[in-house]
Amino acid sequence: MANDQRPDQQVPQKPAPHPGRRLDEPTGVHTVGHEWDGIEELDNPMPRWWLWTLYATIIWAVAYVIAYPAWPLLEKGTEGVLGWSSRGQLAEEMAAETSRRSPILEAIAMTPLERLPENSELMAQAVAGGAAAFRVHCVQCHGANAAGFEGFPNLTDDEWLWGGDLRAIEFTLAKGVRHPGNDETRQSLMPAYGASGILDRGQIDQVTAHVLSLTGRGPANAAGAELYANNCAVCHGADGGGLRQFGTPSLNDAVWLYGDSPAAIRQQIYQPRHGVMPAWEDRLDQATIRMLAAYVHSLGGGEDFVEVAADPAVQVDEQP
Amino acid sequence: METLTTRAGMWFVLLVLAVLASALARDTAFAVHMVIVGLAAGIALWWTLAKSKIDLVGTWLRPDNDETKYDDDPVRWGVLATMFWGVAGFLAGLVIALQLAFPALNFEPWLNFGRLRPLHTSAVIFAFGGNALICTSFYIVQRTCRARLAMPGTARFVFWGYQLFIVLAATGYLMGVTQSKEYAEPEWYVDWWLTIVWVAYLLVFVMTIVKRREPHIYVANWFFLAFILTVAMLHIVNNLDMPVSLLGSRSYPLFAGVQGALVQWWYGHNAVGFFLTAGFLAMMYYFVPKQAERPIYSYRLSIVHFWSLIFLYIWAGPHHLHYTALPDWAQTLGMVFSVVLWMPSWGGMINGLLTLNGAWDKIRTDPIIRMMVWALAFYGMSTFEGPLLSIKAVNSMSHYTDWTIGHVHSGALGWNGMITFAAMYFLVPRLWGRTRLYSLRMVNWHFWLATLGIVFYASSMWVAGMMQGYMWREYGADGYLVNSFAETVSAMWPMYVARAFGGLLYIAGFLIMVYNVWQTIAGNLRVEKPLDDAKFNPDADRPLPRTPLAQAAE
Repeated sequence: MANDQRPDQQVPQKPAPHPGRRLDEPTGVHTVGHEWDGIEELDNPMPRWWLWTLYATIIWAVAYVIAYPAWPLLEKGTEGVLGWSSRGQLAEEMAAETSRRSPILEAIAMTPLERLPENSELMAQAVAGGAAAFRVHCVQCHGANAAGFEGFPNLTDDEWLWGGDLRAIEFTLAKGVRHPGNDETRQSLMPAYGASGILDRGQIDQVTAHVLSLTGRGPANAAGAELYANNCAVCHGADGGGLRQFGTPSLNDAVWLYGDSPAAIRQQIYQPRHGVMPAWEDRLDQATIRMLAAYVHSLGGGEDFVEVAADPAVQVDEQP
Repeated sequence: METLTTRAGMWFVLLVLAVLASALARDTAFAVHMVIVGLAAGIALWWTLAKSKIDLVGTWLRPDNDETKYDDDPVRWGVLATMFWGVAGFLAGLVIALQLAFPALNFEPWLNFGRLRPLHTSAVIFAFGGNALICTSFYIVQRTCRARLAMPGTARFVFWGYQLFIVLAATGYLMGVTQSKEYAEPEWYVDWWLTIVWVAYLLVFVMTIVKRREPHIYVANWFFLAFILTVAMLHIVNNLDMPVSLLGSRSYPLFAGVQGALVQWWYGHNAVGFFLTAGFLAMMYYFVPKQAERPIYSYRLSIVHFWSLIFLYIWAGPHHLHYTALPDWAQTLGMVFSVVLWMPSWGGMINGLLTLNGAWDKIRTDPIIRMMVWALAFYGMSTFEGPLLSIKAVNSMSHYTDWTIGHVHSGALGWNGMITFAAMYFLVPRLWGRTRLYSLRMVNWHFWLATLGIVFYASSMWVAGMMQGYMWREYGADGYLVNSFAETVSAMWPMYVARAFGGLLYIAGFLIMVYNVWQTIAGNLRVEKPLDDAKFNPDADRPLPRTPLAQAAE
């Protein structure tokens, strides 16, 4: 940097200040005179556009640190003349969004659930909101497409353990299934017929054969049918159709929560698994739970109310 | 004799300590690691003792202290290690890319994504890149100082000690040993070992500069020195921790919470800045003018861009923590310094590219020059993209998406990879005394496969990242989020496959290089239509004698 004179002006007047300084033929620029293992350096100035862009970014940087929070002081940093903060921005955006949504949320909360389908616009908004809440809270177990997994019910079919109308779905959502600590939670506990010694293994095999015969997947089994009538029919129904007041699944269709193989059925009789769903009323507000109910109801298996009460304030019978 | 006794005693003590530690270890991983350390100490002990009596291993392991020649053994080993770890690291990268596209390829627990991912990043950055940096720095510092490497025994310790660090880190990842800091995953005892090795490295480098025969220090050495010094500082501060037990592999870090995050990204970003930028710019500053046989474009630019780069880079780390618990003022700091860093970064690209002034035709005729130019172009692209991504408005969309992965790889594959390949192609015939590479045409093939691979990799990750970012923030007309996370993942599947294909091409090119280097070392020359290459005079490639400069100084 010591040499401010342009090399092309300098060379004709006096000898180069450094003995190694030589003119580079292809570019017509002098070297600075150093050489390392054959490497030389030219005495080109810094490209002007490069330097000016560097200056421009520095000027921008100075302006930015004046405008925005930047300088750390003893207690806290400077706040910037614009008064911006990331927490402030979040609060602002959330407030704007909340005030935009609140009329709809209020309307959903005010409208009795069984009247919601009548207001198609409000129902559509509830379904959209429910879909969003579903992606956050429900997909972990029921899957992104709500089709469930083994042990986690499919919500897109018309098989409902606890009822598939809006009220029933809302109740299940709010109170959960076998949720500890919630007195109203959906509760059903099938006894462990094998593990607690009610039936022996041979008897369980017979009941399994009978259950398989209900869907035509095996021959009738008289002993199994008798055991079934004495032990199972009270909850699952004589024909295996299930009973919603107990949350018992039907055994005469193709929907099997824990698998439809003989081994899976045998396992479920011997030592049943009991899935748990959280009581969402502890975590979500009423409007969100209603929107979730509307969304789940809209997935394909939603059931209509058998009777709609004349006075919507009077709760209708959940079960058909 | 006294030195010999001291050295042998040192290795023996380490051997005994390692055996004891492995016997008393609190966990299996630590026991396995101490067995590895014990083996390494045993080999070192054997070598130290064998050296005194028998001459079986010859010059391959022993410095000959001939001051009229450069000490190139560690450089040769470094080239081989770079090739070896390159294959390992690239392969690990391909495997994890395939694991993301085809999750069934996760083999629990040793070969799942979570363990192979740090194996990949450490293998390519520290094993492939680190060996390339150490061996080229040993080569360059000798040539540009015209002096034989100082402290030859320590230089050998640096090379082998660094390989031990790599082996401990890599096996640790597979056994699940990690302190969960990105690019700083190895646990406390491996960190301590690396600190010893790195200080030894600094000593060898500085002492060689001290004994130089040239009056000035060449710019490549400024960059190497900045790289070695800063990495030492970063490594030590980010790994300040308290071991749970001196016989176990776990530790707790000194910094917690947001302070810990800030220190980690101060480290993490400057690992990029000083390891992958400053260090590789040093390689560029030597190999580009040598291969192009042209002077560096501008001495002034190299001074200004060196100091501005060094000054600015160290502050840019907080841009990894935009919109987190990090205070706003610190986020501003990271963003502002990142944007100002744009031109200082480009200074290196300009100085490299314009060095070709008067020799631009070589891009057509010399495939190694073509690789160097392409490396510089990718360097320019990523150092523009970096400041862009650090701007908060952009970052709020790009952060946590695969755009970041695309950005990193356009820099890593394009800049670090290509400049390393070019440097190795330059070095191999010179180090093994061959007239030329086995095949320059194969260099050309390597160039095009790597380029195509990068195009597939970077463009698929750009598309995937932006799609992911916009899908995450997509709101419907009713003001609710449209996509679940799983939907964004499945939408990216074709991009994941394209990325893995790009990685496959990149590895294919590298395997051609391995074959080419192998054949060159074996002394074979492929019969082919010749291409241009830089000239080399082995007789001039030696240190300057001590006397002339010493006299001149007096």
